[in-house]
Amino acid sequence: MVEISDLVVKYGEIRAVDSLSFQAESGQISAILGPNGAGKSSTIEVACGLRNADSGSVRLFGLAPDSARVRPRMGVMLQSGGLYPTARPLEWLQYLAKLYPQTDDPGTLLDSVGIDPATRTQTRRLSGGEQQRVKLAAALLGRPELLFLDEPTAGLDALARRNLLDLLKERRTDGVAIVLTTHMLPDVEDLADSITVISQGKVAMRGTLAELTGTQNALSFGGPVGLNCNDLLHALPAGYDVRESQPGRYVVSGTPTPDILARITAWSAEQGVMVSDLGIGDRTLEQLLIDTSTAEARS
Amino acid sequence: MNTTAGTRIRAHARWELRLLLRNGEQLLLMFVVPVLLLIALGFSGLSTKSINAAVPTVLAVSIMATCFTSLAIGTGFERRSGALRYLGTTPLTRLDLITGKFLATAALTAMSAAVVIALGLALSWHPALNGALSALLVAVLAAAAWVSWALVLAGALRAEAVLAIANGLFLLLIMFGGVAVATSHMPGAVGAVIDLLPSAALANGLRESLETGQFPALAIVVLAAWTVVGVVLARRSFRWEP
Repeated sequence: MVEISDLVVKYGEIRAVDSLSFQAESGQISAILGPNGAGKSSTIEVACGLRNADSGSVRLFGLAPDSARVRPRMGVMLQSGGLYPTARPLEWLQYLAKLYPQTDDPGTLLDSVGIDPATRTQTRRLSGGEQQRVKLAAALLGRPELLFLDEPTAGLDALARRNLLDLLKERRTDGVAIVLTTHMLPDVEDLADSITVISQGKVAMRGTLAELTGTQNALSFGGPVGLNCNDLLHALPAGYDVRESQPGRYVVSGTPTPDILARITAWSAEQGVMVSDLGIGDRTLEQLLIDTSTAEARS
Repeated sequence: MNTTAGTRIRAHARWELRLLLRNGEQLLLMFVVPVLLLIALGFSGLSTKSINAAVPTVLAVSIMATCFTSLAIGTGFERRSGALRYLGTTPLTRLDLITGKFLATAALTAMSAAVVIALGLALSWHPALNGALSALLVAVLAAAAWVSWALVLAGALRAEAVLAIANGLFLLLIMFGGVAVATSHMPGAVGAVIDLLPSAALANGLRESLETGQFPALAIVVLAAWTVVGVVLARRSFRWEP
């Protein structure tokens, strides 16, 4: 549904996006992660037809992004802007509804994102979170088969964020392809079917959450620096390995099972050690991104 | 499947009109300034001959205010807010947007002109009725020319720069561009050059049509040329992005 090949976007001499390739499929949520300035928003802007690529190709439904046949099938939520300051939420959606061949009911949609359809408040007087919700409703209005969401949960309170995530899961079930960028890693862990990490405009890594964080073959936990790894190893069955991956962070390599979790906690109780962040995987998504940013800063 | 261009253009024209009629500053520019100008002229002991000259002049001011200054400023701030950028991701095309803006502006201009004409008639204005059609042609061409140049300006510069330039040009052209002072009252060579400005062509075209009933051939050619250049430039340079 989304096919990006060898995309290059330049700002003057700077290559904001550098030979990036990316795919997204229907019924899946594809997250694009990366530090600030990595090229996430530039990629989204080209993909939804707002900016021309310097080279490479972008195809949506097999067509160019600015094709008249693509626009009615696509919903977009931009990171900044996107609202008429003096418009009221309902009238804005009612106007947009006239541009699409089929739409959801604007009032019902506003209600579903937690905005009172009867409000007379102009969008410029709404809070940042409320503006985000109006923008999300606008993106969902035309019953899109493809959704681009650039930082959709920025500025949302916990309840609004939870509602948004539930809405996105519903759309995924309906077969919508969703491409999102975010810095909210719990959202990605909760939602994403595939994750692409971008660094300096290039794909640094790509995979499912399990593949990227190694959840199929490791557990990790935090604790005091310098725990006796050999001692813990003796508490585990054969075939496992224990190492201190960085000061105060321990990785247990091997298949994660409830029994192994129980042995680790029992061992820590015997030692009088309080462990933290015990979880499957040899590193968290956050650690993975920090590692990527650190590597980027060094290069 | 998609909506038709007609549906989208109608929707956008109505949307523009709704927002324009909500904006107090723009209403001031489009309705209040021309009306105050005409009232000032009407109560200043003008003879019938003078009010006959004043109404076409105020109509020219009104068209410039609505189709250029107000539109350029409004569009510049729409760009800055990112609203136009968002519309660039919807089924609304660039041509739909420009046509919708033109229709909304034309409707507002007609409202503004109707108020000026009604007030002029109340102040004993006697237009040359045989020039009504050519005056209408001048008004439509001028509206197209000013709209296209408003979009050239608003589509290329920052909103604050558009605000300053649109207001500055508006005042300069009214004072020195053949509107407040007709080019026939200027030194020959200066007048001949200023005749080629769209402001002078608009004001001269309306005066010739409505005062004497003559066909303003030069004004129509000048306005047509400004329209062609403006539309070409607007299509090339207009950007959705802030």
